[in-house]
Amino acid sequence: MASKKYWKSEAELNPNDSIVEALRQNEFPEEIPVDEFLGDKENLSASTTNRRDFLKYVGFSTAAASLAACEGPVRKSIPYVIKPEQIIPGVANYYATTIADGFDFASILIKTREGRPIKVENNKDAKSNGNANARIQASVLSLYDSTRLQGPLSNGEPADWSEIDTVVKNKLNGLKDTGKQVVLLTQTYASPSTTKLINDFKEVYGNVKHIVYDAISEDAALSAFEAKFGERALPTYDFEKAEIIVSFGADFLADWQGGGYDSGYSKGRIPKNGKMSRHIQFESNMSLTGANADKRIAIKPSEQKKALASLFGKLNNSSINVDLSDNVSRAVEDVATEIKKAGNKAVVVTGLDDVNAQAVTLSINEMLASNAFNPSATRYIRQGNNQAVNRLIQDMNSGNIGALIMDGVNPMYTLPNASDFSEGVAKVDLTVTFSTNWNETTEITEFTAATNHFLESWGDAELIKGHYSLIQPTIKQLFDTRQFQQSLLQWMGSDLNYYDYIKETWSSVILGDASWNKALHDGVFVLESNTEGEDIIAIENATDQEIADQAMSDNAMTSISSAVGALANSVGEGMELILYPKIGMGDGQQANNPWLQEFPDPITRVSWDNYVTVSKADATSLGLINENVANGGLNGSYSKLTVNGISLENVPVIIQPGQAAGTVGLSFGYGRQVGMKTEMQTGVNAYKLYQGFNTIQNVTLERASGMHEFACIQLHNTLMGRGDIIKETTLEIFNTKDHSEWNHVPHVSLNHQEVPATTVDLWDSFDRSIGHHFNMSIDLNACTGCGACVIACHAENNVPVVGKEEVRKSRDMHWLRIDRYYSSEDTFDQDNTKKDELSGPSGTKSGFEEMEIAAVNPQVAFQPVMCQHCNHAPCETVCPVAATTHSRQGQNHMAYNRCVGTRYCANNCPYKVRRFNWFLSNNNDEFDYHFNNDLGKMVINPDVTVRSRGVIEKCSLCIQMTQKTILDAKREGREIIDGEFQTACSNACSNGAIVFGDSNDKESQVTELKKNDRMYHLLESVGTKPNVFYHVKVRNTNEA
Amino acid sequence: MKKVLYRHQISKLFTCTLVVYLLLSYSIFAQEENQDQNAVADTEVTTEPSDSGSGDVAKGKQLFNQNCAACHALNRKMTGPALANVESRLAEDEGLDKEWLYTWIKNSAGMISSGDAYANKVYAEYNQAAMTAFPTLSNADIDDILAYTAAPPPAPVAAAAATATSEGGSDSSGITNEIILGALVLVFALLVMMLFLVNNTLQRIAEANGVVLEKDKAVKRIPLWKAFAHNQFLVLVSSIFLLLASAYFAYGWVMQIGIDQGYAPIQPIHYSHKIHAGDNKIECKYCHSSARVSKHSGIPSLNVCMNCHKSIYEYKGNPEGPSAEDLANGYTNEFYTGEIKKLYKAVGWDEENQQYTGDSQPVEWVRIHNLPDLAYFNHSQHVSVAGIECQTCHGPVEEMEIMYQFSTLTMGWCINCHRETNVKVEDNAYYTKIHEELSKKYGVENLTAAQMGGLECGKCHY
Repeated sequence: MASKKYWKSEAELNPNDSIVEALRQNEFPEEIPVDEFLGDKENLSASTTNRRDFLKYVGFSTAAASLAACEGPVRKSIPYVIKPEQIIPGVANYYATTIADGFDFASILIKTREGRPIKVENNKDAKSNGNANARIQASVLSLYDSTRLQGPLSNGEPADWSEIDTVVKNKLNGLKDTGKQVVLLTQTYASPSTTKLINDFKEVYGNVKHIVYDAISEDAALSAFEAKFGERALPTYDFEKAEIIVSFGADFLADWQGGGYDSGYSKGRIPKNGKMSRHIQFESNMSLTGANADKRIAIKPSEQKKALASLFGKLNNSSINVDLSDNVSRAVEDVATEIKKAGNKAVVVTGLDDVNAQAVTLSINEMLASNAFNPSATRYIRQGNNQAVNRLIQDMNSGNIGALIMDGVNPMYTLPNASDFSEGVAKVDLTVTFSTNWNETTEITEFTAATNHFLESWGDAELIKGHYSLIQPTIKQLFDTRQFQQSLLQWMGSDLNYYDYIKETWSSVILGDASWNKALHDGVFVLESNTEGEDIIAIENATDQEIADQAMSDNAMTSISSAVGALANSVGEGMELILYPKIGMGDGQQANNPWLQEFPDPITRVSWDNYVTVSKADATSLGLINENVANGGLNGSYSKLTVNGISLENVPVIIQPGQAAGTVGLSFGYGRQVGMKTEMQTGVNAYKLYQGFNTIQNVTLERASGMHEFACIQLHNTLMGRGDIIKETTLEIFNTKDHSEWNHVPHVSLNHQEVPATTVDLWDSFDRSIGHHFNMSIDLNACTGCGACVIACHAENNVPVVGKEEVRKSRDMHWLRIDRYYSSEDTFDQDNTKKDELSGPSGTKSGFEEMEIAAVNPQVAFQPVMCQHCNHAPCETVCPVAATTHSRQGQNHMAYNRCVGTRYCANNCPYKVRRFNWFLSNNNDEFDYHFNNDLGKMVINPDVTVRSRGVIEKCSLCIQMTQKTILDAKREGREIIDGEFQTACSNACSNGAIVFGDSNDKESQVTELKKNDRMYHLLESVGTKPNVFYHVKVRNTNEA
Repeated sequence: MKKVLYRHQISKLFTCTLVVYLLLSYSIFAQEENQDQNAVADTEVTTEPSDSGSGDVAKGKQLFNQNCAACHALNRKMTGPALANVESRLAEDEGLDKEWLYTWIKNSAGMISSGDAYANKVYAEYNQAAMTAFPTLSNADIDDILAYTAAPPPAPVAAAAATATSEGGSDSSGITNEIILGALVLVFALLVMMLFLVNNTLQRIAEANGVVLEKDKAVKRIPLWKAFAHNQFLVLVSSIFLLLASAYFAYGWVMQIGIDQGYAPIQPIHYSHKIHAGDNKIECKYCHSSARVSKHSGIPSLNVCMNCHKSIYEYKGNPEGPSAEDLANGYTNEFYTGEIKKLYKAVGWDEENQQYTGDSQPVEWVRIHNLPDLAYFNHSQHVSVAGIECQTCHGPVEEMEIMYQFSTLTMGWCINCHRETNVKVEDNAYYTKIHEELSKKYGVENLTAAQMGGLECGKCHY
């Protein structure tokens, strides 16, 4: 025995190895810092506290604590002095309003409790843009941002409004005769009243110029549309009506041309009568849209342009010489055939930031007479004019600008040439910035006018021609703030308030005979006949003659043939960078919002960061790596990006499957510093590379030293051939074969016989036929992975934000996650085949290892996963204290106060949906998110407990909402109508992917969906009998 | 967990008896005081003058209270002017006769529109609040009312004298008691001294006679406690018993931590549910209106108080006069009137000018029923749907001078009720189907809340 030697490592083979020697001498390789915590002898003996004192303290504090615990605190209850009529404590009120923050535009409902807005809901009455995306869902938290400006500032010092008013009025009056211009640099408002107001302002002060500036510009699309249709606006698309959707780099499920297209798209994606739309995407970054496509061709932007030119030629039957690689030209050929076959049921869109590309797609759609393309219903939600902004910077620097008043913009952050802007600002006599927060721009301007959050403001918007929407305040101003329009009125010397102004505008030009109160109640108003459109104030932006002239000269240039020619000859040298807005952050104006920071990107699943996405091939050649480290976190190399001599240092790298080789992607919206909490200062500022307002740039990418620590919540990216998690099929098989073939129920062995897993059970079933039985249906075809439901769930259920460090440790708290899987072969189907064919121990091992790596251009699938509310729940049986139990209504209950935190349930849950509170996330100095300041706490939903440390929490199927629905019906003594039962996620899902209801109601939609052939349960073989079910994803691979 | 109610009460028995004894002994004196007051009240009634010009004062008072008191008082401005001696005042100051008053009372609006100078003046002075027309009042009725207004108000002097005498009475009784007690102590001291002396004398006699006292003989007996200590079995049994008993009481004591049954904090305004819900029979949900539709019963906002208290500016007590108990606690009419003034201050009501100053100060009530945040309770479910009386949980609120927590509000208490209470399914279409199916399943006529699923954790904890 004594001679037996245990080897610790192979290094021991070398007897001279210094480490081995060192280890032999010392048990611990590093000195254990005993002295540090015991202190030195002198200190210890000098201390006046001896052991006996210590014990006394312990004894006293224990006794004091137990005594103090016996006495309940005195709680005060303070009623209103005069109660507002419509507020009943404990009953929620809903108000219709509109978000129009320059980037997001939608008609929404705001749920308020005791006068506090706490939740954003979709406005189902709205005929257009009634859907809140993740950012809009989160916008209610920005209202309660503790870093908001609490009053106006003058040179950074608190000031009075009257003081600012006097100075501004004097200066504006003084400027009247100097010939210097007064410039209003604003976001896009799409607001009839604001347009009218600015015109009035121009009349009072003369020489006023209004420049609209979008942080992320759609100038190319606007110019192309203007050249063709004579109006500076954007067309609308209805993807529901399209059978073939071809997109060249248009991320139309995200924020392309103002967004809001996903719900129409999803409706067309659900196979009905054997038909669904087919979606082909040419793109460089792996976008949300590309991830949903039936066919995705990953190519560089320059090639996309050439492919578009070639497609135009093929559709136009003109021969265009394009130099394309074989597979791309074949793909274009196929697309052309399919489009020709579909005729007016096809639509082509592009997100290429290029006037020619935009013009060509407009022509194609016109040529096809596409049903989905509607150039007469113009969108006004992007108005930014790049030339005007550039000219403004020139004018400021040459001293021609007398006053600069900014609202809703942060050019010092969003301009690539911010230094020119700040030099210019120094030469302007009067600078006023309207802002809710202290930011990069307020830093350099003289006056900072603290402005209202949109939930405190009045306003209106014309999102689509003839579709009007009203903004009404849902809470009184929290601080001493005043909105831009009100200030303009004040400075014009008008004593109107903006509410009266809007009302006057609406009743004189918009409403006609319709009722103002009804419009305000609905939040939306649609002008039935567009013939009256003449009277409506045009949301114009032909800001001045010069620019209009320039646009005209552009027109000549953009005649279609030359546009196609230009596209065909586009050259892409070296690496191309595509800048894009991320789903969670958009243009970055809500960067201080912890919900959005913690929101995992649908594609990369990384939160709290932006990063450069690089293809596997490029990463290998540049030596860039991604690796999972011991604590489970994802690390990535740093890189340096250089565009035209301007560099971004230390940009973390994500190796992105599906990224076109030779391209990299980087998202806007991150890297803000000024006025931000330290936790929120994440990522790098991509606007610095947004040269010439073009999202496509030539870039050089170098490896930099060091590794970045990501907070990525999904480290395993591929499905590994586990076809029972996401079931997939093709439209052809779906249409022709029996559902048992493409929606196979797994079989298990019972008494040595293979039987369907659904027939085997450890437990006896309860009778669930009486009363309500809740079921949730998730259609994988309709789900685009947009994540609105994730934030809605966050808001409804008081889910805590835990911060980057905790998310990195996989301690994220989202009750609802959207898993994203890549295929490791070209399709998921091939994955399944490969897995089935693996044989032998070594073959299996290496095979599975290969399957961990995603394909170069993989198929992507999204799957929202929340608690599945299993009827035979594994978690319930292992809880030692019966904290989680099953209800008759199908919900799996979680009694937080009963939970002792053993986490057995989380371990036993096959779906991994249970979340443990590792820390107290409210009233805890270690966290600085909204649960830890009085303002942020106002967003808390009073119907849901805020959980404490040491308990498990998880999706409750929004039991507070189902209970409320039941109670309302009981009180009114009526039966419940289908559609009344909702959860936060099903309410937020405008795509119709999540449907919730009572499956004991034979008429309900969810019962119908449960009977559908596409229905399957997640991990059916486990036998948990969940109350959440999925619908098999069908891909339209039918090549024409 | 069901709360152990009576375990710890035996230990309290002694303290309770003591307290009860002390309280009773105090109320013996209080009653005396009360009788004095009653006597004064009696004289007050009899001294009320009954001379009248042309009308019947008693009938006038009744009519006044029925028709006028909502807006008028005798000696103060309310919604309308003060009416004491209104007839003579009008005659002297304005030269208006009784006829003017008849017309005014029967149709004030008509008079204002006809352009009568004084009518318009009054109308303007009182915020253009038109007076309700009383065409049903006959001239004789009006005469009665006017007679009542002309009757001199009851002299406050008498009341002051009354309090003075009553104070004097209680003083004198205190003195006699002390004398009696002193005398008794003296007698006792004398007796003790005599006993001591007698004993000494007897002992001295015994010693002299050589009698040996019995005490010295009984030496060798083992004391009881030693015998007990030697019997190990007995020690074991009794210590087990003692340990068990103390564990029992300790458990009972620990289980009542956090249960604030009987919690009756002092409120910023002494609001008497007894007067409002008991004496005046105001329906609970008149003030706690949100209990019908919301999870909160809602503490009424002050504007609800002012619905009545705009005209009820003083407390006049119940017809039988304040009870002995009330007086003992200091709940005099003046006390209550003072509390109404606190309300006026909070809501910013200027009594003089009968208008709101806008200077309000919300009342910070101390919350009595503190359900923990982890439990969801909805009032409307119980009040509107189940039709449960408020008193079921809140106790005899109409008898509570000071509101206190009647029920334990423990989970065991909730669950017991859910087990025992039948769901009210009648005339509620929501329940029709589920009741039919469930009652068939369980083979019962009426379903309890528990059978309906009312014991599931997630129904109250989410």
